[in-house]
Amino acid sequence: MSFLDRIFRRKKSLPSPDGVKTAPLDPGSLGLRTDAEGRRHIVIGASQSTGIERTHNEDSLFILLGSAYGEEAMPDFGVFIVADGMGGHRSGEVASAISVRTVAQSITRDGVLNLFDFEQRDDRPPLQELVRNALEQANQRVVDRVPGGGTTLTLAVLLGTQMTIGHVGDSRAYVIANNHAKTITRDHSLVERLRELGQLTPEEAAAHPQRNVLYRAIGQGANLEVDVFTEPAPRDGYLLLCSDGLWGVVPDDDILRIVASSNHPQMACDELVRAANAAGGPDNITAVLVYFPQD
Amino acid sequence: MRRTTRALDSKGGETGALGQLQAGVTLQDRYLVLGVLGHGGMSSVYKGRDLHFPNVTKLVAVKEMTNMAADQTMYEMIVRNFEREADLLATLSHAAIPRIYDYFTHESNSYLVMEFIEGKDLEAILREADEPIAEDQAISWAVELCDVLMYLHNHQPQPVVFRDLKPSNIMVDHHGHIRLIDFGIARVFQPGQKGTMIGTEGYSPPEQYRGEASPVGDVYALGATLHHLLTKRDPRGEPPFSFSERPIREINPKVSGELEAVVDAALKYDPKDRFPSIESMKQALMAAAKKTGILISAQAATVISPRNEVQELWSFECEDEIRGSPTVHEGLVYIGCYDNNLYALNAKTGEFVWKYPTEGGIVSRPAAEEDMVFVGSEDERLHAVTASRGKLIWTYFADGPVRSSLTLSDGHVFFGADDGHLHVLNMLSGRRAWRAEANGPVRTTPLIGHERVYYGCESGDFYCVDFRGELKWRFRAKRAITSSPIMVEGIIYFGSMDWTLYALEGEGGWQLWRFRMGRPVISTPTYAEGKIFIGCADGNIYAIDARASRESWRFQTDHQVTGSPIIHNDSVYCGSVDGNMYCLDMRSGRKRWNFTTGGPITGTPALADNRIFFGSTDHRVYALLA
Repeated sequence: MSFLDRIFRRKKSLPSPDGVKTAPLDPGSLGLRTDAEGRRHIVIGASQSTGIERTHNEDSLFILLGSAYGEEAMPDFGVFIVADGMGGHRSGEVASAISVRTVAQSITRDGVLNLFDFEQRDDRPPLQELVRNALEQANQRVVDRVPGGGTTLTLAVLLGTQMTIGHVGDSRAYVIANNHAKTITRDHSLVERLRELGQLTPEEAAAHPQRNVLYRAIGQGANLEVDVFTEPAPRDGYLLLCSDGLWGVVPDDDILRIVASSNHPQMACDELVRAANAAGGPDNITAVLVYFPQD
Repeated sequence: MRRTTRALDSKGGETGALGQLQAGVTLQDRYLVLGVLGHGGMSSVYKGRDLHFPNVTKLVAVKEMTNMAADQTMYEMIVRNFEREADLLATLSHAAIPRIYDYFTHESNSYLVMEFIEGKDLEAILREADEPIAEDQAISWAVELCDVLMYLHNHQPQPVVFRDLKPSNIMVDHHGHIRLIDFGIARVFQPGQKGTMIGTEGYSPPEQYRGEASPVGDVYALGATLHHLLTKRDPRGEPPFSFSERPIREINPKVSGELEAVVDAALKYDPKDRFPSIESMKQALMAAAKKTGILISAQAATVISPRNEVQELWSFECEDEIRGSPTVHEGLVYIGCYDNNLYALNAKTGEFVWKYPTEGGIVSRPAAEEDMVFVGSEDERLHAVTASRGKLIWTYFADGPVRSSLTLSDGHVFFGADDGHLHVLNMLSGRRAWRAEANGPVRTTPLIGHERVYYGCESGDFYCVDFRGELKWRFRAKRAITSSPIMVEGIIYFGSMDWTLYALEGEGGWQLWRFRMGRPVISTPTYAEGKIFIGCADGNIYAIDARASRESWRFQTDHQVTGSPIIHNDSVYCGSVDGNMYCLDMRSGRKRWNFTTGGPITGTPALADNRIFFGSTDHRVYALLA
C-alpha cells in the first residue's frame, strides 16, 4: 500500500490488537536513508483515523518534505500541518480543509519557494511573520466561507536546524527526545488555563465537561492571536503533531513509549492510532511524526 | 463597532442573520428603526424613534435578540430566560440603569425597548484614547459602578448578579456619568458541546466557568475592567486570568501603588481572597483616591535589593578617549585608546604595567592567548605583542584601518579591516592564511561556529564563509552592520543600522524573525535565559524573548546606547552615551545601580573575578565591583 493511501484512507474498523505485528528490525535498515557524505535525512510517518464514535473525519493533515543530496546540497526542509475542525453539518471538515490549504499555499508561495534562491534578501518577510500571516489568512477565509465553522491549526515549518511553529487551538506539537516527551505548544482551552493556574488538577481537567471549550480558534473572527515561535530541532529525536483525538485519549507516557520503541515513524504513527482506537476512539485521530537524525 | 464574539454551533449562519433590520422599518407600528448602534454575540441594538410621540423626537434603543438554539428545549429555555430577565429589568430603578419601556416578541426574535443613552461605551473610549485612562477618572467611574452594583446586589427579593461587566457594557453619558447598558440577556456562552468554541470575554472570573455566579464575581469583573482602563491592555487578547502577568505599574507607572493594590485584590483567583463585597471594594477605592497625588517612591514595590552606591575599585587615566572595549587575561586588563596606545594594567590594582604604541587610534578590542596579545589599529596594522611585557612579536599590514575586534580560533586570528576584507592570519607567524571579500569595510567581530565564519560589513551585507574562504550564503540588510553576530543554538543574531535585530538560521541564512527598534543598532547582542539583550541608538537597552521574538522589557537611558551589554549572574551591564554604566536586573529590566563617568561610554564591559572593566571617553579605564 502506498504511503499516500495509508494516510488518506479512512479507517472504519478497529484492527484487532493481536493483528499484524512486525518483529523489531535493525534501525539502520528501515527507511533511514544515508547519502554519500554520510549525512542522514529527515524521515516521516503519518496516520489518520475517523475513530470509533464519529461518523465523519473533520481532521485535516498536510505534509511537504524536501530533501536534497550532494556535497553542496541545501538542508532538508518540511511543512507539516494538523487541523481539527468543528461546527455542525459539514462545517468542521470544510473549515479544517480550507485552513490547511490556505496555510500550505501561503507558506509554500512566500516561504518555501524562496528557499531555492541563491541569495537571501532582507526585503522578504522573516519566517515567523510568514507563519503568522498564513494563519491569519486562514482565519479570514474560514470566517468568509464557513459560517459557524472553526478549526484548530498547528503548523510546523522545518528549515535547517530550526523548527518554526504557528499554533491556534488544542491540537499539539510534542518534542520527543532523550526518553522524554514534552508538549511545546500551549492548549488554548479554558480548562488548560485553569489547570495552569492551579484551579484544576490534571485529572479534573481531563474529565471536565468543558474540556473542549477553546478561547482561540481559526474562524473566530477579528483579533485572532496566533502563537509563533522557533526552536532548534531535536537531534536524534522527533517532532509529533497530533489532534486531541490522540493526546486526549492516549497518555503522554504511552505516546513516548510507542514512539521510542518503534523502528520507523510510520510504524509509530500506525501504532498511536491503534492505541487511540483501542482506548475507545471517541474523536478523529491524526498524527504526523518527523524524525531528525543525529547529524 | 463592538468586537464580535462568535458562538460556533450548528445553527450558525442558517437562521437569524444579525443586523437584518434596515433603517426605515417600523416594529409593532410604533418603533421606527433609524440605524444600527452595535452587534453582540446573539443580539443587535438599534437606534429607534417612538412614534407614539409624534410632536417630538423621542429616541429609544431597541435591542433585538435572535435565538439560535438548534434544540427545541434549549430554544424555549432561552426565551424563558429572556423574559425573566426583561421582567427583572422592569422592576429596577437606578440612575445608572437604563429604563425599560417595552418588551415584545415578533417572529423568532425578541425585542427590548429601552432608554436611549447619548454617549460612548468604555470600549470605544479606550480604543480612541492614546494613553491609559487617568487614575482619578478611573476611580471616579469605578466608584459609580460600585454604587450601581451595590444596588443590584442588595436587590430584594433576589440579589442580581450582573455577570457581564465589561467596557462594552458600560457607557459614559454626556454628563460623564456611568450607565450600565446590557444585562446579560444575550448570552454568548453555550457550554457542554464538543466543538463549541467561545471567545472568552476576558473579564469573567474563573469560577464562572464552573457555573458559579456570585456577587464576588462582579468584584473580579470590575477589577478586570479597571485593569484594562489603567493599562490599555485588552484582556481578551491575552490568555484568560493572566492579569498578574501584567502588573499595572509596570505598564503605566503613573498609577499609584494603592490603586494597583485594590485592583490586584479584586483580581484574586480564589473568590475568598477578593473583597467580600462591592461595598468593601468601594471603600478601598475611596481610600486610594484620597491618596492620589502623593508621590510614591519608584523603589517601593520592587523585590530587587537596590544598591545606592556601587564601589569603584580603581580607575586609570589615559591620554585620550577610550572608545573600545577591554579584554582581561591572566590578571591583566588590556585596552586600546585613542592616544594610539595599547595599555596593560593590573586587574586588581589598576597599576600601569606596560603600554605599546601604535600609529593610529585603537577602537578594536584586543584578544589574548597564552603569552600573546593581538590588537588592530587605525594605522592599518594588526599588532601581536607579548602579554607580559608588550614586546612586539609581529605586525601584519592590511589595506585599511582595522576597527574590528578580533576572534581567536584554532591557532588563527580572524578580523576585518576597512579594506573590505576578512583577514585570517596564523597566530604564531602573523602570516596570512587566507582572506575573504566583503562589499564594504568590515568592522564587526567575526564569529566562528561549526567550521564557518560569520561577519557583517558596512554595506549591509552579512556573510557566511567556510574555512577556505568560500561563500556559503549571504544576507543583505538595508544598512551597515557594525554590530557583531552571536550564535545560539543554531541561530545567528546581529543588529543593523537599519534599526533591526535579525535572527537568521545558521546553516542556510534564512530569516527567522526580526525585531524593529527606534533607531540604528550598533550594539552587539548577548544572550541569557532565552532572551537577547541589545542596545539601540534610540536610547534603550532591550530584552527580547528569542523564541517568540517578543519584547520582554526595555530600559530607557538618556542617550544612545552604542556599546554592548554583558551578563553576569542575573544582571545586565551596559554603558550609554549618557556617560553611565548601568546595572539592570536581567529579568525585569529594573535598574540596580548606575555609575556615572565624565563622558560617553561606547565600548563593551569585560568581566573577570566579579569585577567589571570598561573605558569611557573621559579618558579613563574603570574597574567596579560587579
